[in-house]
Amino acid sequence: MLHLVQPEAQLLTVDSLRVCFARNVPEGTAVRGVSFSLAPGRCLAIVGESGSGKSVTARALVGLAGHRARVHARGLNFAGMDLTGFDDRAWRRIRGKDIGFVLQDALVSLDPLRPVGKEIGEGLRLHRAIASREELESQVIGLLKLVGVQDAEIKALQLPHQLSGGQRQRALIAAALALDPRLLIADEPTTALDVTVQAQVLGLLEETKARGKALILISHDLAVVSRMADEVLVMRQGEVVERGSADQIFREPQHAYTRQLLDAVPSGRRRGSRLSSSPAPRLPQPHGRLLEPSATRSSQIVIEATDLVKRFKGPGGILRTVVDKVSFQLRSGETLGLVGKSGSGKSTTARMALALDLPDEGAVLFQGEAWTTLTERERRARRRSISVIYQDPLSSFDPCWTVRRILADSLLDDVETRQERHKRVAELLDLVGLSPAFLNRRPLELSGGQRQRVAIARAIAPRPKVIVCDEPVSALDVSIQAQILDLLGDLKAQLRVSYLFISHDLGVVRYLSDRVMVMRDGRVVESGNTEAIFAEPQHDYTRDLLAAVPTLLGRQPQSRRDRDAVAAV
Amino acid sequence: MVANSRLFWLARRLASGVIVVWAAATFTFLVQCLLPGDRAQIIINVMTGNVGQASRQELAAVNAKYGFDQPLGVQYAKYIWAIGHGDLGQSYQQHRPVAEVVAEQIGPTIVLALAALIAAWLITILTTVLAAGRDNIWSRLLGGVQVLLATLPPYWLATILLVVFAIKLRLFPVAGGNSPIALVLPTLALALELSGFFGQVVVSEFTRVLEQPFVTSARMRGMSDLGVRFRHVLRHAALPGITLSGWALGKLLSGAVLVEAVFARQGLGGVLVTATSTRDIPVVSGVILVSAGLFVLTSTVVDLTYGIVDPRIKLT
Repeated sequence: MLHLVQPEAQLLTVDSLRVCFARNVPEGTAVRGVSFSLAPGRCLAIVGESGSGKSVTARALVGLAGHRARVHARGLNFAGMDLTGFDDRAWRRIRGKDIGFVLQDALVSLDPLRPVGKEIGEGLRLHRAIASREELESQVIGLLKLVGVQDAEIKALQLPHQLSGGQRQRALIAAALALDPRLLIADEPTTALDVTVQAQVLGLLEETKARGKALILISHDLAVVSRMADEVLVMRQGEVVERGSADQIFREPQHAYTRQLLDAVPSGRRRGSRLSSSPAPRLPQPHGRLLEPSATRSSQIVIEATDLVKRFKGPGGILRTVVDKVSFQLRSGETLGLVGKSGSGKSTTARMALALDLPDEGAVLFQGEAWTTLTERERRARRRSISVIYQDPLSSFDPCWTVRRILADSLLDDVETRQERHKRVAELLDLVGLSPAFLNRRPLELSGGQRQRVAIARAIAPRPKVIVCDEPVSALDVSIQAQILDLLGDLKAQLRVSYLFISHDLGVVRYLSDRVMVMRDGRVVESGNTEAIFAEPQHDYTRDLLAAVPTLLGRQPQSRRDRDAVAAV
Repeated sequence: MVANSRLFWLARRLASGVIVVWAAATFTFLVQCLLPGDRAQIIINVMTGNVGQASRQELAAVNAKYGFDQPLGVQYAKYIWAIGHGDLGQSYQQHRPVAEVVAEQIGPTIVLALAALIAAWLITILTTVLAAGRDNIWSRLLGGVQVLLATLPPYWLATILLVVFAIKLRLFPVAGGNSPIALVLPTLALALELSGFFGQVVVSEFTRVLEQPFVTSARMRGMSDLGVRFRHVLRHAALPGITLSGWALGKLLSGAVLVEAVFARQGLGGVLVTATSTRDIPVVSGVILVSAGLFVLTSTVVDLTYGIVDPRIKLT
């Protein structure tokens, strides 16, 4: 009998890893007996919602689970070393050198005050892997080139905020790869990147794996995981609920929780199907004032934008055209999806629809009347007819206000008595699926999903005709994202509100939108019916965007042609 | 191009500084005119040391000598013109140019203020880097000690330091002298209070930055705790302290007046106390103008420093 995997072949073995943060309370244990092993050239993915213990597990592998954390393991072996007995000095010797770690969100994971090159060279300097300053510089530039950063000599001297999101993430990966570690751990390396950049970063990780490095990938994005992983661990509440090859997990999930996670992924899902198990909100019909169906017929145009042009002054005082001759119509009860890479002018277009930025040319009509050409004073009375939901609701709330005050503040002035005001606030909260217990909470005391629910409640409070959603689910876990998307879908059906929906996640856009507008470099390259665009993209750029979307194994891919190909197999 | 834009910024900054000094000059001029009592009478009293009423001839002579008989507009123009040429007027009491009096005494005061500023920063940096954001008794003590220091009045602290270290322990000279050793106690008297103020903003920022992902990132590259604290966190935490330094130097100049008195040191403090008590208004005005100039200079230096520590800031 031939053992395919010999113990010696394993680079990392973890046996019954436990991490506790607080003594004597069950919730204080973040990781409860996780075991796995990993061979060189293989990729292990750990998936689960936030709070499932996946990040803590990874951090425990470099001895950085947190200064209050107490880590126990029956065995923790890496490259023949027993990590359980490591002190700080021993840990420091392997961190960066033998185990590289890439954190999510490079904007905050690179020191904003130091040039990118310094950060990348830091590991080399710390582990005394270089002889001279010149050698350090040339190594740093070599690393930046390795991860595919153009103009590496210039970028090395720039600060993180001067780089694009994709360049920052590459720089962070370059820093982790500096000493050519045998194990690379990537914690949500592509969250918050747009699809094409995400595809490039994943390609980079795949190359690393192909060079014989072991890879641990932590992600809540199952599509990403299904592309990269050889083996998958599904974690919930600190425990591994399912493990297996990527193929097994995605094609024949055994555990109910795994199936729930998979169901929550919107890409390739038909509109109208529910992503989460949460029930549709019951509408408080008797108090119909809140939900008075708008008198508008479905065919009525609520927003009409014609030839919008917006220029901003770039570095060196050169005018840059950010939005170039963009026209669109949004009808009542309709969802218009706006997709494109970051910097394509999506958000600026939305800001012009909100009249937060005014177009340099062209104009926006709102319900057939002048909108962007009004003075702010004239506009103010009607501002509440267009609401907005942002990616990060936390920064759009006053942190000192309670949920009750946030919502009451957004109600129209026609609510006069205090009792009516309270009743309406409670209705709103109920509508977004939160119990009245949340009324007295403040934004910081809410989870990401709860905050976004409050943001939605605030957006619908003044009975708007249009809600602009700017990446409303990008910062959320897949299962929370599913609940929020379901909620947005339900509210649209019941309130007959129109959405202008911006997202870099094409799966999300496809799930929610009636029509889609694809933007590149400030121009609309393609627009039309969602299914038509996704099935038969006419423009190369749209095809590139679609091709870059990782799809779940065992799920229909994005375009019809590919779908047919799968069916033929 | 970068060097040019920084020079341009500096030029603009100093130009606006001239306006600040001009405003201060106008203010001192108005105060001189609006002060109760006849100016000529005050001058005669200061000069002679008498308090009696001077004769009409005496007053007319003084009025003519100082130009008080001319229209206010002319007086103002002459006053500003003179200041523009470095002439701060004549001391009533000492019968010599104010500029000379101030120049003679300003050196020790500036030395004391700068020494105190540097000492305050050293104390803040050392205690913060060593103790802040740790899970031990020192970290908790640090906060309390800083509040205590910030509430201690410097003159009181100066007296205590004087009694304990100079009189009882005889480690330092009791009074006077311009030797470095004589600078230690007055410097500490000012610096300890200031480090209490710095510490509070620096420590809170330090603890916040210590939890940032880029700090964890640096640890994951194998950087030691002390390395992380010095190389990454301190720079961020210093920023609010640098902002505070401009304000601090103003506070130090006024604090120095009292501390100089306690330690019988030379400096502007003595000059200001004598001038105020004898109504030697040109000297008081001169000190105000010089302080305004110093303030402009220090806030420019503070902003330049901020721009160096935080390269994201473009000086415009």
